[in-house]
This record gives sequence, C-alpha cells and structure tokens, in this order.
Amino acid sequence: MTIFNKVKDKLEDLRRPGYYKKYDHKFTMVIDLDRCNGCGACVAACYAENNLPVVGKDECGKSRALNWIRIERYVEGEYPDVKVKFIPVMCQHCSKAPCEVGCPVYATYHNQDGLNVQVYNRCVGTYTCATYCPYDARRFNWFTYKREKPLDQQYNPDVTVREMGVMEKGTFCIQRIRAAKDKAKDEKRALKDGDVTPSCAQACPTGAMVFGDLNDPESRVSKLAKSPRRFRLLEELNTDPSVIYLKRVMKDGSGTSE
Amino acid sequence: MAQGHQNSNSSYKAVNEDIYGIISKSGITYYIICGLFGAGAGALFILPWAYQIYVGQGVTGLNVPVFWGIYLVNFVFWVGVAHAGTLISAMLFITETPWRRAISRGAETMTFFALLLVSLFIFIHMGRPWNAYWTFPYPTHRQLWTSFISPLTFDVFAIGTYTTSSVIFLYFGLIPDLAALSHTASGWRKQLYEFLSFGWRGTDAQWYTQNKACMFFSAFIMPLVVSVHSIVSWDFALSIVPGYTKTIFAPYFVTGALLSGLAGVLLMLSTMRAAYPVMKKYITDYHYDRIGMLVLVLSLMWSYLTFVEVATGLYANTSQELEHLKFKIATPPYMYLFALMIFCNSVLPLIYTIRKVRITVFGRFVAPVFILVGMWLERYLIIPNSLSRKFLPWMWHDYSPSWVEISISVGTLMMFISLFMVFVRVFPIIAIFEVKEDLGVPMKSKKHH
Repeated sequence: MTIFNKVKDKLEDLRRPGYYKKYDHKFTMVIDLDRCNGCGACVAACYAENNLPVVGKDECGKSRALNWIRIERYVEGEYPDVKVKFIPVMCQHCSKAPCEVGCPVYATYHNQDGLNVQVYNRCVGTYTCATYCPYDARRFNWFTYKREKPLDQQYNPDVTVREMGVMEKGTFCIQRIRAAKDKAKDEKRALKDGDVTPSCAQACPTGAMVFGDLNDPESRVSKLAKSPRRFRLLEELNTDPSVIYLKRVMKDGSGTSE
Repeated sequence: MAQGHQNSNSSYKAVNEDIYGIISKSGITYYIICGLFGAGAGALFILPWAYQIYVGQGVTGLNVPVFWGIYLVNFVFWVGVAHAGTLISAMLFITETPWRRAISRGAETMTFFALLLVSLFIFIHMGRPWNAYWTFPYPTHRQLWTSFISPLTFDVFAIGTYTTSSVIFLYFGLIPDLAALSHTASGWRKQLYEFLSFGWRGTDAQWYTQNKACMFFSAFIMPLVVSVHSIVSWDFALSIVPGYTKTIFAPYFVTGALLSGLAGVLLMLSTMRAAYPVMKKYITDYHYDRIGMLVLVLSLMWSYLTFVEVATGLYANTSQELEHLKFKIATPPYMYLFALMIFCNSVLPLIYTIRKVRITVFGRFVAPVFILVGMWLERYLIIPNSLSRKFLPWMWHDYSPSWVEISISVGTLMMFISLFMVFVRVFPIIAIFEVKEDLGVPMKSKKHH
C-alpha cells in the first residue's frame, strides 16, 4: 500500500504545478448572490484598478472585451413571467487549475499565496490556458491597447500594462495583496483579516463580496464558507475553485431574489 | 508473386536516364507554374503573416471562447498528411512490400514538407512567436524551464523527433541515388550530388551500413507514426472541454491522419504522373490499386471510430456533451459541414471497393481531393467548434476565420506545392536504387542502349 500511496502522491504533485507544497495563504472570495443586485460596479472598479483597456463596440461584438470580471445574466421564461438570474464570474483561482497543466512555459502557476498567477513576461501566447479554462475567465491582448493622451494619466502605477500577444485574467488584485503583505512585514505582524480588499469587493455597494484567507479559521470568509447556502461554480469538474457563491434555493428550485 | 507493380523493360541505364530526365529536362511551363506558386506563397502567406505579427492576433477571427482557430486545424491537418510518407516508407519497408519502392521517395518528401508547414503553423498561431524558443528546454541564467506536464511540451518533443528522424530517413535513402546521378549530371548539380553523397562508392560495406541504417530508422519511425499523432490529439484530449476530452481521440486521430496522408499520396502521384509521363513506367495501376485498398480500409476504420465518438457522447448523456453534439450535428451551418465530412470520408471512399474505380482518374485524383477536404472539416468540427460551446452559456460565441487566416492557409498550401516542385527538380523523386532492385540484375543477353 505504501508504494501505491507514494505513486498516488507523486501523481497528485504532478497535477499541481508550481514550486510550493504548502501555501502561506488560501485566498478566497465569497460572493453572496442573495445580496448581489447585478449593478456592475465590480466590473467598472476592475477596469479602473487593473488598467484594463476599453476596446469599443466592434471588438465587444466579437466577444473580445477585456473584462476580468463579468456579470452573467440568464433570462428564463417568456415576457410577462420572466426571471433573470445573474452571477458575477471572474478567475476562480482553482486549486487544481486546468490552465496550469496546459502552459508549456510555466507562464501560469500557483504562487506561495495559493493564487493562480499569470506571468505576462513569460507568456508566449499558445492560448492553451484559455482553451482549457472551463470558466472562460481568461482574456487575450489581441492588439497593443493604448489609452489616448490625457487618459493615460488614469493608469494605476501598481499594475503592469500588458503588451500584444499575452494572456491575462483576474488576479484578486495581487498588487493589493503584495502591498498589504509588505505593510504587515514592516509592522512585524501576520497578515490579518481585512487587510486586503480587491477593488471589486471594495466597490460592491451591497457588500456581497467578501475576501480573505481560508486558512485563518477566524476570518470572515471561513465563517461564511460554512454557510449551507454555499456552492462553487462547476464544482463537478473537480477544479477546486477558490470562489465560493452563496445562494438560497427554494424547494421548487427558484432563488429568493428574482 | 506477380510483379505487376513495374513495367520491367528497362535497363539500369534507362532508369538512370529516365529519372535524371525528370530532374534536368523540363519546359519553361514548369518554372512558370513553380514561380507562380512561390509568388502566391509570398503574397498570400508571408505578407499577411508579417501584418499579423506587426498588428497582433486580433486580425484573426479568434474570440474569447474560441482561441484555437483554423491555424490549429491546419497544424493537425498537415501532421496528418505527413503521416503517409512514414507509413509507406517505414511500415512497408519493414514488411518488405515490393510496390513501396517506386513511391516511397515521393511520400517521404511529402512528409518532410508537410512537417515544415506543421512547425510553421505552431509559430503562426502563437501570440508572441518571437519567443517560441522558450518552449524548448535550454539552459538559461534565469533558471527557467519548460513544463513537462503540458501537452504542448509533449508536442515540441514529438514533432521535433519526428521531423529530425524523417529528414535523416529521407537523406539516407537519397545517398546511393545521388552518387548514381553524380555520374550523369553536370555543372552545379554534379558538385551538389558529389558533396551530398559523401563519397559513396557502392562497396559492400557501404550498402550493408545503408541498409542497416534504413532498417533502424524504419523501426524507429514506425512507433512514432502512432505516438506523434496521439500526442497531437492529447493537446485536445487532456483538457476538460466537452468535445475535446475523449479517450478515443488518439486512435481516432491516427486513423484520420493515415487516411488523409494516403489521399495526399494518391493526389501527389497522379499530379506527378500527369506532369512527367515517363513516370508511368514506374508508377503503375498496381500502385493505385494497392493504395486504394489501404484507403478503403482506413476509411472504414475512420467511420467506425466516428460512430463510436458520437455514440459514446450520446450515451453518456451529460448536458455539456449533448450541447456540444447538438451544435456540431444538428445546428446549421455546421450540420451541413458534418454531413459533407461523412460523405467525403465514409461514403465516397466506399467506391474503392471496386477495382476499376481504384485505377480510374476518379479514384486516383477526384476522390482523394474529397477525402482531404473531409479530413480538414473533421479537424475544423473538432477544434474551433467544440470551443464555441463550452460550459457557461453566457460566453458562448461562434467563430469564423478572417481573411488573414484564410489567406495564410492558402498561401502555405502554395508554398508546399512550390517547394515540392523545386525538390523534384533537384533530387530524384523516384528511388533509383530501389527501382533497380526490382528490375533484378541485367542479363548479358539483354540489349544495351
């Protein structure tokens, strides 16, 4: 049996690319869909924070919008009796990420915080990660997008501006995580709950998005993650995503907030 | 055995002259056609590619769920075409099939140029092709390494090994021929042949080594035929995308590759025979008959595997799989493409059961074109089409290739044809020494020219 376990461990290691066996953190986002009203503030905040290019009507029509977070809307039923369901979807930071398996050059891998990160400089643009991603969370720089003259002053200096030919995706605002960790290190303390807030969670008017470390049992996300309303998107694919959704579902299958 | 595969009225000298005639004697029309294809390749492939590299991949029709378009379709298609050369040369070499001899060189050449296009399409489809060397494991001061769990890294090694060994195999077979031709040739050709034949004198030891080397490479390449295209299929099968993640993909792709490769060989042989009537001496109806039989067998295998692929998806009855199948089989315009694919690959090749058809122009030239179209459609229906219907319906989006993609596909085909035409004018397209083997030792009673 020991040999079997060794082989099993080895294979599981191979499925989990990256250099770290044990992660410092397990950053998780909990999105309460019963609170979400689909306003789209998170999308706008993400554009501002992460230097996302605005590509215009034609490119959006070709499904090439570079939004790292999107609100998916599903309409059920015919006109008078219509129900709309919506769900914000971004990179799910899967613990067993299909995209990491595909990349031939380790441009996407797991970092020490348990995040699924994208190294723009290493990307050669084989599209494999985006093809393998079941959430369609990845976006590609089809051209080199530049902001016109006064608008380039809006660029966030903490975030890289990507060039043509590289893949990108939601990062849970890794620049804010990095800054918070540096600050905690300067103050000689551990990172505590609430130190990091990604821009989407910061912008959410109803407070539906909560971000934190699942390894910390006292954090807000750890408590919310125990909710009976919890589910994860496409959980049956065994990707072990780090985004947890909360939604109350009635007996007849309908939600509460429709 | 009935030696129907050779019109055996030639002497050794006649063989040399015939084949050197193919190389040296051709009219101005040949150069014009070759030049037109070359210019077409420059205009339709090089210029649009430069435009694409300068502006970005946005000039293609790719979009967010469909990241793999017809560049990848062409990549898989040309890997498939490359398989016939190896099948005919290596497999039939080991099984000592005599009718292989006159056609093996042409098939190997096709493999070589097809693999050239395969490598090109990897670069063409990349977002930043100038960084392509990062996919090779080479020592760097930054200690960066490639990811050996990625199916694309498997690809780098598979295609690299296949290209290298195919080139060596082709070259080893060429050595005795180049030596033979260096006696007949003059000018720059003589110098080239003498240089490339490395002082081949036809001693026993040299023949022994050459035969051993060819035998070794045949045995080495034969498993590669299976493994290379299996690995290409794993680019898709190792993902979790519905329509991609199928255990049957490896044998399915290998069978399809051999089918399209053999169709390519038929097309190539017929075209060459039309261009050089002297080849009718060496490439006879017997060859078409035999290759036609192989095409029939592979087409039946392909039909079975296609049936299994669709049927297992229907039986599994998961919502994603059904959605994918509905999109592929029951949604216009893809249902028409699917029907056309079935017609080209399963229905039409059934005519190869009739011997008379196998040796007519229809079996030699028309049906192979249909099979090649059908096999291209098969890859199209798998690669971009599966991505159009992934898991989350909000992101579903269709794909159609842009003019840049279509132009590059046509241009690379033109490049393939022009390079092949140049090769025919420089190197013997029929293996001289193997054809002579077939003729047997010339008897003294035979009249010499």
